[in-house]
Amino acid sequence: MATPTRTTESGPALRRSAFRRSRGDGPFRFASTGAGVVLLAIMAAIGLFLVVKAVPALQANTSHFLTELTWQPNATKPVFGIGALAFGTVLSSLLALLIATPVAVGVALFISHYAPRRLASALGYVVDLLAAVPSVVYGLWGVTFLVPFMLGPSTFLNDYFGWIPLFSGESIVGKSMLTASLVLAIMILPIIAAISREVFLQAPKMQEEAALALGATRWEMIRTAVLPFGRPGVISAAMLGLGRAMGETIAVALIFPATFKISFQILGPYGNSIAANIANGFGEATEVGRGALIASGLVLFLITLLVNMAARFIIARRKEYARAAA
Amino acid sequence: MAKQIEVAGLDAYYGSHKAIEGISMTIEPRSVTAFIGPSGCGKSTFLRTLNRMHEVIPGARVEGKVRLEDQDLYGPEIDPVSVRRTIGMVFQRPNPFPTMSIYDNVAAGLRLNGRVSRSQLDGIVEDSLKGANLWNEVKDRLARPGAGLSGGQQQRLCIARAIAVRPQVLLMDEPCSALDPISTLAIEDLISKLKQDYTIVIVTHNMQQAARVSDRTAFFNLAAQGQPGKLVEMDETSKIFTNPAEKATEDYITGRFG
Repeated sequence: MATPTRTTESGPALRRSAFRRSRGDGPFRFASTGAGVVLLAIMAAIGLFLVVKAVPALQANTSHFLTELTWQPNATKPVFGIGALAFGTVLSSLLALLIATPVAVGVALFISHYAPRRLASALGYVVDLLAAVPSVVYGLWGVTFLVPFMLGPSTFLNDYFGWIPLFSGESIVGKSMLTASLVLAIMILPIIAAISREVFLQAPKMQEEAALALGATRWEMIRTAVLPFGRPGVISAAMLGLGRAMGETIAVALIFPATFKISFQILGPYGNSIAANIANGFGEATEVGRGALIASGLVLFLITLLVNMAARFIIARRKEYARAAA
Repeated sequence: MAKQIEVAGLDAYYGSHKAIEGISMTIEPRSVTAFIGPSGCGKSTFLRTLNRMHEVIPGARVEGKVRLEDQDLYGPEIDPVSVRRTIGMVFQRPNPFPTMSIYDNVAAGLRLNGRVSRSQLDGIVEDSLKGANLWNEVKDRLARPGAGLSGGQQQRLCIARAIAVRPQVLLMDEPCSALDPISTLAIEDLISKLKQDYTIVIVTHNMQQAARVSDRTAFFNLAAQGQPGKLVEMDETSKIFTNPAEKATEDYITGRFG
């Protein structure tokens, strides 16, 4: 029931558009367009540089780059392929995501909807702090504590759950795919939790009250009003975490046994990742070796791009609802 | 399906601030009771104490008694969740669940309350939408998002969602204040229909609306800003609007209010 608004009879005189544009509009438009163009140019230059460096190495390769498992680009007859590295990157990141996301969502929900206010703000602060810890710290902690520690649980898993292919295998070590994934999971947990918490806090009170008024318990209220609202945000957070896990270098370079083998036995002495391999190999690489590493970096970039596109697709699938909610 | 509510000596607080004080009244079953009064007089707060939604706000608490027939709603053994299942609520702004379809919105409460077979659910959803005078408008698009409806339709969807769980009482907190006159009329017709089955309490800022839809009217007022709101008088709606007992009521309904 809005009242009709009254319009003034003589408003300010209309100005010519050229006059308006001259007052800061032009310079601002120039600056923002310039910034955008420069960014694109830098991106293109980097991409071009990487491709130019990678192509000669790929031409010197005596095997197929996408399917070959071994990595010997420094040999006189270079043999290298991305197969094992890409597999290790994807598997370790996915495992990390699988471990971290449920815990992170739980932490976020506890902070946003369960914890008393003072505890919630203290916890939120700690989570933000953890998200800012450099990854090398997690890596060192992983090597000095988690690697020896994981031997016990890994043996237990192998003894009692060895019938699950993931936990099977003969040799059980601390420096395994599982340990690397755990370090990655702990590393990406705070960032997923921090973003999820922000999203959950923005769940509309109106919807929460609607659920409560229907006789929902707190958990049912969260399930009907908070989680559906937060879903796209949690997916974005998880993808950010996945990207971070796939690009992570030092933490996993310290832990991965650096073998070139595709194996789902995550307790065994197998595993490597593209980023870890670059960190470990760049120092003593030959000209061809560097090109090979750069080519592997390009593949990592492509994988990250695909993951991000998949995430956007997942979010966009429910756009009809998202738009209606806005 | 309708029960009487009896309130005795009820105070409600937000932290240390006392929002309403000493309210006692009887709300009759199968009738519409309207709460009127100036902004900030605590009528919405009081409404929310009737189904224990008040205490959802951090720091909010209630003293006094609310009885639904023979049950003390604030008794120590009473679960607030079951109170809210028995006493439904419709809010000021339509708030269908945005991620759910029309069908799922209506079914939401039933799904919370336990397992219901699909065919049973279909029947209840249809009955509830018919009960909310919305069935004919949405029967061909039950799978579409509820948030895609117009404001008035959304509010009727929320009423359908509330009555789908078969409550004893329906509380409405200014259900038409965000709606245009035609949608308002549709809701008012609906209220007149629903009172055959439910006890209805409605908070409204629109005195014509109170006069049109309600059987009894309660007038709330507060002595000054920051003071707790109190019940001034409650009587048959026709009496409140023609011959109120209190001067303050007369001043308010005739618009001579400060």
